Amino acid sequence: MADAYIFDHVRTPRGKGRASGSLHSVTPIELASTTLRAIRDRNDLDTANVEDVMLGCVAPVGEQGADIARVAVINSDYAESTAGAQVNRFCASGLEAVNIAAGQIMSGQSDMAIGGGVESMSRVPMGSDGGAWPTDPAVAFHSYFVPQGISADLVATKYGFSRDDVDSYAVESQKRAQRSWDEGRFDNSVVPVVDLNGHTVLANDEHMRPETDMQSLASLDPAFINAGEQFGFNSVAIQRYPEIEKIEHVHHAGNSSGIVDGASAVLLGTKEMGEKLGLTPRARIRSFASIGSEPTIMLTGPSLAAEKALKRAGMEKGDIDLWELNEAFAAVVLRFMQALDIDHDEINVCGGAIAMGHPLGATGAMILGTVLDELERTGQSTALATLCVGAGMGTATIIERL
Amino acid sequence: MIDYDVDGDGVATITWNVSNRPMNVMNMDTMNAFAEAVDRAADDDDVKGVIVASAHKEFCVGADLSVMGDGDLSMLEDFMKVIHGKFRRMETSGKPFVAAINGHALGGGFEMALACHHRIAADNPKIKIGLPEAKIGLLPGGGGTQRLPRMIGMQQALPLMLEGKELAPAAAKNIGLVEDVVPADELLDAAKAWILGDGQKNKVQPWDKKSFKMPGGAVQSAMGQQAFAAGNAMLHQRTYGNYPAQQNIMSCVYEGCQVDIDTGLAIEIRYLIATAMTPECRNMIRLFFALTEAGKGAGRPKDIPATSYTKIGVLGAGMMGAGIAYVTAMAGLDVVLLDMEQAGADKGRAHAEGLLKKRVSRRRMDQAAADATLARIHATTDFADLAGCELVIEAVFEDREVKADVTKKSLAVTGDGITFASNTSTLPITGLAKASSRPDNFIGLHFFSPVDRMPLVEIIMGKGTSDETLARAIDYVKAIRKTPIVVNDSRGFYTSRVFGTYVREGLALLADGVAPALIENAGKMAGMPVGPLAMADEVSIDLMYKIGKQTREDLGDDYVEVPGDGLVQTFVEDLGRVGKKAGKGFYDYPEKGSKRLWPGLAEHCPPSAEQPDVEEVKKRLMYIQSVETARCMEEGVITEKRDADVGSIMGWGFPPFRGGVLSLVDTIGIVDFVADCDRLAQAHGPRFSPPKLLRDMAAKGEGFYGKAA
Repeated sequence: MADAYIFDHVRTPRGKGRASGSLHSVTPIELASTTLRAIRDRNDLDTANVEDVMLGCVAPVGEQGADIARVAVINSDYAESTAGAQVNRFCASGLEAVNIAAGQIMSGQSDMAIGGGVESMSRVPMGSDGGAWPTDPAVAFHSYFVPQGISADLVATKYGFSRDDVDSYAVESQKRAQRSWDEGRFDNSVVPVVDLNGHTVLANDEHMRPETDMQSLASLDPAFINAGEQFGFNSVAIQRYPEIEKIEHVHHAGNSSGIVDGASAVLLGTKEMGEKLGLTPRARIRSFASIGSEPTIMLTGPSLAAEKALKRAGMEKGDIDLWELNEAFAAVVLRFMQALDIDHDEINVCGGAIAMGHPLGATGAMILGTVLDELERTGQSTALATLCVGAGMGTATIIERL
Repeated sequence: MIDYDVDGDGVATITWNVSNRPMNVMNMDTMNAFAEAVDRAADDDDVKGVIVASAHKEFCVGADLSVMGDGDLSMLEDFMKVIHGKFRRMETSGKPFVAAINGHALGGGFEMALACHHRIAADNPKIKIGLPEAKIGLLPGGGGTQRLPRMIGMQQALPLMLEGKELAPAAAKNIGLVEDVVPADELLDAAKAWILGDGQKNKVQPWDKKSFKMPGGAVQSAMGQQAFAAGNAMLHQRTYGNYPAQQNIMSCVYEGCQVDIDTGLAIEIRYLIATAMTPECRNMIRLFFALTEAGKGAGRPKDIPATSYTKIGVLGAGMMGAGIAYVTAMAGLDVVLLDMEQAGADKGRAHAEGLLKKRVSRRRMDQAAADATLARIHATTDFADLAGCELVIEAVFEDREVKADVTKKSLAVTGDGITFASNTSTLPITGLAKASSRPDNFIGLHFFSPVDRMPLVEIIMGKGTSDETLARAIDYVKAIRKTPIVVNDSRGFYTSRVFGTYVREGLALLADGVAPALIENAGKMAGMPVGPLAMADEVSIDLMYKIGKQTREDLGDDYVEVPGDGLVQTFVEDLGRVGKKAGKGFYDYPEKGSKRLWPGLAEHCPPSAEQPDVEEVKKRLMYIQSVETARCMEEGVITEKRDADVGSIMGWGFPPFRGGVLSLVDTIGIVDFVADCDRLAQAHGPRFSPPKLLRDMAAKGEGFYGKAA
């Protein structure tokens, strides 16, 4: 089996995912094109060598529909021969896109490919693609569907995380994100989004609230009480977890991932292709994995995905220097740390989606890039990036810095 | 059966006039006749339009349940195809059809009206219009799940079908079930006028037009998605997934309203057949018949002349006495409500007054009728006022001596020839009857609290109670429009005895180290109204303590200890947590917010590291009730399986989808049930051990209601 190497990665800054957000004026095609052009231009890439572009996108309808990856390829003036496919593994789509690109290379069917993702949550809102799971009565009853926020509160309830626990985590995420920006840890990977006239539309993550403290978070009302109590979802969750008397609602906008716009791209290839093009490999893909887990609690997949990826790589937990888990909800990370006994100092060291936001389809490739940058900055060797995924899944990727 | 007539203006009238059944019902015979009439009208060029009418008091009350067949659903399928085909012929014949709804239009009867192009109802508030199929575990299979949402929108249509609501004409018009309401004597004229007027421009159903859009929004719209996501969860919350009919109604609307009407109707038939095949449906239909029979007083000894009552005495004006006085006065009988103190008697009367006020404010009664009802209750302390009572019911404190005393005082006034009833829930009737010189006239009438809402009366036969007395008691229970079941005297009678096993098993589970939330949720998921621990708190733990102590004393060495018995003692003697009335029991009852399980439970009953599967907990909570009922049957405490099932549903909230406490055994299958009980007895004690009655049935492979499936 061939090895897949990472040569480069970029991401856009993350704009607030609403009408007042800076990236609301930018089409998702343009966001994806921004990262594809940056990958090409930074590396002096003859794009005829890029065989495929996989892009994650979770609401692939409207202007994000009809295979946004191929359309972004065309729009970015890549070689006509570069294919493109849109990938949906919900919140892990961006990482799944990288894994698919890596898989093509490792199986010898491709020499160079891009994996990444895009989501303009301000322009194509979450849920725009409908779906049978919540709505089709036969499906919803059979699988005990509840919305993700209820699942997050269920994780907190089942595994014993209090409002203070999740809020403390959120405060730390904000601190770490601000420190990372202040120290320029993202400088090499964030490419500004510019308009037609070359003016910068956005150069920094604009969702962060570094001034956040326990007091300011304490003033926020839990976000999912209404859905849980008025619309019956708490009862559905308890019918699946009857050992629980009552769902404690602890999550709110301040300790959940932010709704933002953004795009990301990771350039992968064989060692030979890198040498041919004069590119320096920065990391090697050690393994990747996706798993399915119980769909009602939905968000406990990362530890299972991580364990599977470790096993595939012939590694143990202690072999990983840095962990990166998407901060979908604070309790998801706390549960992961609890399940694998991981110290907070080793995970999400640059902050995460609670502070900077979670552009659904793009995040997976973003966090992989973030943790690679951090390995390089600290001189450490191995990292595992993972995300919890809707409908009860988890996806993980292990990289080794070169 | 179906009359057909065409008048000089070319208006045809198809009149439902079924003679071989008590009501206008749909079955293969009546539908074939109806189909012939529809074809005749549709094929006749001189007919300008068709009125669908009824010669009966009711319009049409839907399908005769015999079409369900005896396990052979091909009959039902054939029948539905006739219905759907003919209803489509009505819609697409090119002639306007109008339903002239002169009386109840329910189920298939209303679906027939939905297949008309227009609906006019008579202005009579007693008429019921709706699709109540879900109440008997079925779904509206005559096009109701497809036409109703297309007519009034999914969000309006779903609750009507899921809850099986029946509306009076005015309310039906408000929500769009009928287009017009007219005086009854103008109904046919109005129908004819519509045909000759607007009807000539409305010969095509909205859903047969290309421009059709679902009113209120389509399934695949933002509105539709939200409505279904929330609707599914709310239904799941309400039913715990135990009612396939409701789920399937949701599916019919979700799937069928995304396609054309004909495809939608085909989807509906699939779901109807699937629903009719479920044990839940069979159970609920059997229960429907059982409730109807029991409500008619099926247990009444034959050949004894009916008694009609004019004056009833009620002794003791507490919650039960006051409730009995209220329901008796509501039935138009005079009541003497007697208590030790005038203030107590007045308080009891005031209870009735409060209930009447509520009825008036909810417009279920007018003030004059409420005043007249209240005037029938005479609150007194004077036994002499009981003179002339044909029946006296004592509902005083549960104390043998107090009861004997009031019995004697009453009979001294009324004479011992009257019927005397005791509303005891714990004391054996045979013993209480000793206070009367005529124990043959003495009987138990066990009411349930709150009396005005609980529909059941458990009639207890003492050893000496005569059949005449039983007949008179049933006549009274029927007069107050409650449902009687008949049981024989024994400890706890039938309902309290079996219901008690549910609560005790809950405590046993707790003592066994099962997590309290798991116990409570399992009870609710099994379909019981509340968990067993919450129920213990409601009943009050000190009452359980007293009853347990008495039972232990009475039985001596025969008393069988159940794990959890000790908990009752601890909670009463050591912890003083006696239940809801004290604000603390197995739950805490904070002033604000809802009750929460007492955190201290973990200390007294530490949960085991390994917890059982919820299905196993459900089995223990439910099977114990069925085993105990089988013992009651074997001991002759209860003799009619119908009464056992009805009593469980109406008396302590056994889930209707199970059909009752004995029907559960048939649903599981007698052989499997007995095997599972043997296993449970091995693991948890002899209380699960199946009595001989069940073993014999299992050996023959025969359930309570026929051969095992």
